[in-house]
Amino acid sequence: MTEEPLPAWSLPADAVERIALPEAWPGRITREWAWGGATGAGVRVCVLDSGVETDHPQVGEVQQSIAISLDGETVIVEDEDTAGDLCGHGTACAGVIRSLAPDCEVASVRVLGAGFTGSGAILLEGLRWAVAQGYDVINMSLSTTKQKFASLLHELADTAYFRRTMVVASAHNMPVDSYPWRFSSVISVGSHELSDPFAYYYNPTPPVEFFARGVDVEVAWLGGGRLVCTGNSFATPHIAGIAALVLSKHRELTPFQLKSVLYLTASNVGDGS
Amino acid sequence: MSDELRGAVAAGVLGAEENYRALLRSIVEVARAIFNAKASSVFLLDEAADELVFEAVAGEGSESLVGRRFPSSTGIAGFVLVSRQPLVIEDVLEDPRFSRETAESTGFVPKGLMAVPLLHEERALGVLEVLDRPSDARFTLAEMELLGLFASQAAIALDLLQRARRAQAALAGDGELAVLARLAAALEGRREEGSEDSAFGLLAELEKLL
Repeated sequence: MTEEPLPAWSLPADAVERIALPEAWPGRITREWAWGGATGAGVRVCVLDSGVETDHPQVGEVQQSIAISLDGETVIVEDEDTAGDLCGHGTACAGVIRSLAPDCEVASVRVLGAGFTGSGAILLEGLRWAVAQGYDVINMSLSTTKQKFASLLHELADTAYFRRTMVVASAHNMPVDSYPWRFSSVISVGSHELSDPFAYYYNPTPPVEFFARGVDVEVAWLGGGRLVCTGNSFATPHIAGIAALVLSKHRELTPFQLKSVLYLTASNVGDGS
Repeated sequence: MSDELRGAVAAGVLGAEENYRALLRSIVEVARAIFNAKASSVFLLDEAADELVFEAVAGEGSESLVGRRFPSSTGIAGFVLVSRQPLVIEDVLEDPRFSRETAESTGFVPKGLMAVPLLHEERALGVLEVLDRPSDARFTLAEMELLGLFASQAAIALDLLQRARRAQAALAGDGELAVLARLAAALEGRREEGSEDSAFGLLAELEKLL
């Protein structure tokens, strides 16, 4: 995690130096500048999901596997989750991320699998735990509709944003209020139908901010297998993977700057190059 | 009249549950026809038992499945429910752990499926699945949208069904609601006999008294 600078609450005239940026902003942002030659090395990506199968050929090494559960009000963090992936979905997301950023670290934080009851609370605790770890990117291809978790999730999303953790969350493709993708401190992702994994579009009519590849995506699944899947769940790790690439080349970027880079390099902004 | 009482009386008198079940059946039949699929089903979440229950089935698998249960964390349906995310999979046979036991116990193992959560207000009520679309038909986002529309309709039907069931549970026993419902049912019986006037007259007097 990047060391947190002291917050600058105001800016006296002689203090402009103090907030000098570590890298000059180029006149024109290109994809080459953003991630040309990058592999994701050094970037820690958390997959908050159903677990990730270890040693899947499309995923490779999983550096950390954690499981979060609840016993009443008590949060239980299992440091070495050996259950693998209980569904296939987390493995699919991790595979997409690694297909774009092959050298990034992958941490699996499993928040699914214990049944439906309490799943919203576990999701919340999982995100709380992940934010505290200071991952660079958190992929959340899931959401909750429970209103009572909305304000807590909002706070967590903001905390992540201020601590330089980019939460990338799947948008709903139905007219449903769910969280955390609706919050402006996260990147929300919907699907487009193209097959180019690097094609992504900025959406000028939010709350969905970006569209990425999400239809007929060949993904990693259980037992070392592969499946062809469709859903915003798979568009999200495309943006998470590209974010990992950008961050591996530009370690100093804040979530605000990262979002700006994604905007400026989107396929429908400028010439998309 | 409270919503619960209204629901209770309606359910007691009109057999609402059967109507809502018919609506669900109709939804899965239309979903199956529109997507040209082999089967379609709606699962209801039984929160108390943490299980998913086959509530309506169209096509292969048939009515014998209705009422069958499995743990809510099982397979694709369980994931879709918990994650609130719709999912389309082209070939579930490649997933060795795809709730095979559940699929085989139904006598029908699908090749591909679309699953969408049934969300009503802030609650996740269940899952709608459409199984085995034609293999040469490429999936598009327009279909995803259509699936979402069906899901909204199915969620409303499931919500009504659950309300009817809760109301019926309230009618069982000797509580106030049960007495009122029996009264409403008796009145309805007299109406059918064409002799409700004296009974309604009596109730009108009772109302005045109260």
